[in-house]
Amino acid sequence: MEIDYTANEMMALCAGRLVNNGDILFAGTGLSMLAATVAKRIHAHEAVVFFETGGIDPSLIELPLAVGDPRVMVGTSVNSGLADALSLLAHPKLHTVAFLGAAQIDPYGNLNSTLLGSYEKPLQRFPGSGGACDAASMASATIIFMQHQRRRFVEKLDYFTSPGWLTGGDSRKEAGFQRGGPIAVVTNLGLLKFDDRTRRMVLSEFYPFTTPDEIAENTGFDIDLGRAVQCSPPTKEELTTLREQIDPQRLILGPLKTAAAGDSGR
Amino acid sequence: MNKKFMTAAEAVERFIDDGDQIAIGGFTVTRNPMALIREILRQRKKELYLVVHSQGQGMELLIGAGCVRRVELAYGGVARFAPTGIRFRKAVKEKQIEVEDYTNLHMTLRFLAGAMSMPFVATRSGLESDIVRLSGFSKESRGKGRVPRDKLKVIDHPLDPEQGKVVVLPPLNPDVTLIHAQAVGEDGSVRIQGLTFADVEQAKAARKVIVSCEKIVPTEEIRRDPDRNCLPHFLVDAVVHAPYGAHPTACHMFYDYDPDHLNMFKRIAPDDDTFRQYLDEWVYPLETQQAYLDKVGEKQIEKIKADPDLGYAPGLDRR
Repeated sequence: MEIDYTANEMMALCAGRLVNNGDILFAGTGLSMLAATVAKRIHAHEAVVFFETGGIDPSLIELPLAVGDPRVMVGTSVNSGLADALSLLAHPKLHTVAFLGAAQIDPYGNLNSTLLGSYEKPLQRFPGSGGACDAASMASATIIFMQHQRRRFVEKLDYFTSPGWLTGGDSRKEAGFQRGGPIAVVTNLGLLKFDDRTRRMVLSEFYPFTTPDEIAENTGFDIDLGRAVQCSPPTKEELTTLREQIDPQRLILGPLKTAAAGDSGR
Repeated sequence: MNKKFMTAAEAVERFIDDGDQIAIGGFTVTRNPMALIREILRQRKKELYLVVHSQGQGMELLIGAGCVRRVELAYGGVARFAPTGIRFRKAVKEKQIEVEDYTNLHMTLRFLAGAMSMPFVATRSGLESDIVRLSGFSKESRGKGRVPRDKLKVIDHPLDPEQGKVVVLPPLNPDVTLIHAQAVGEDGSVRIQGLTFADVEQAKAARKVIVSCEKIVPTEEIRRDPDRNCLPHFLVDAVVHAPYGAHPTACHMFYDYDPDHLNMFKRIAPDDDTFRQYLDEWVYPLETQQAYLDKVGEKQIEKIKADPDLGYAPGLDRR
């Protein structure tokens, strides 16, 4: 099969397909912006994007490179601030879906975006939670973007920044969270979801240019491959929308180096 | 002339002392009060205690130049130009600063609590995370100066224990808050355009407030449309007229962030020598905002000038 798209394009589209009409999307920058925008243009016209900085439903004529970018302040329904935006995140009458990224993820979708090493002796520092822990704590659902590598998919996080399903089962509810939890992990190799009962990560879809075995090899914990199916490749409409309307400068998509089998952009 | 109007040099000298707890407004690449921050560097302030939510370029300079002892923050990065702040990352690794992590909501609520004199503020955000489990500051520093006795506490819901655990957070009342606004009236009333982030809460929580601004407008003008104002004049202690005072970060409706400058900073920031050269070139010798603008150059300023309808520079090469 000829692969005429990149892993980044596949990721943005795969995540975009998870968006439902009417969702209130808490977006970051990078791929989440592309996923949200492509979903809005193609199938979820009434989905709304907002940013933790206070930009509520901007026109997004040009892609913002930061959640505080002046491009999130144009053509909005409301321009406000952090307190206002974060109140939407937790609003009981809204179905809010937050896109997050992280340096590490564990089998229950808990995330580390703070550091490697220990808090006393950090080996490498990352930016920190920002609003990620807030979104993971309070949104109706989260979708997580990850680069799929063993050192990132770990049994135990170096630092626990943002709560997922905690230790699995009912532990999230028991801890006092009112709702939420991760529904999907979108990586450069495939789409992972969480078992309804155990809440442990399982492989849901592998891309046309990857295999379940390759995904298992790149995951630092045991993962159930038994339910995996191949992900549908991008449609012409999806690719055209993404490339021509949403990111023509390829600011986020990156170089047009196609994801040939065995080369998953790592 | 309103006595609150002064130069950056005067404002920093009068209102910022070594060791002060300082809140900085703006967000990653937007409306960082850079003219004020460069002045803090020039006056070689030391041992500052930063309290911020998501800080970018301003914090990079303050930490990189050795002005900072401790930081409470949610996020330290300059968007795509440096997803983790380069000088921040280096200072953490080399243990030059003490850091305590919160979330954006935590920090916003703490400023709000400070502004409203609330004894504490509660949320469920962060339950079970290392943010609530681990403190970054030493035991000896607890309860001294502005360091809260506890970073936070997880307690049973105080009104209805059946609702489980909640995170309670200490309020913040920083010594000084620095923000950059689009306009200030001759009376001192402040107008921010676009997103306010947590600037208003940060300013209201502070003991002293320094505002730098793009323009100063007559009192009649700022009061003709007061719905757009966000801080009353009597909360502001110093106003500094600093056109392009947020450069190289953006100021909605005035100018975009400067990708060339931020990319250049990204190249020089990792190395102590090249970073020092940057300060010697872009900070220490440029004693006024005008001198800084002359250094940036008209051509660059034209390039990042905002379109009046969009508020940013459309088509700007941001790679």
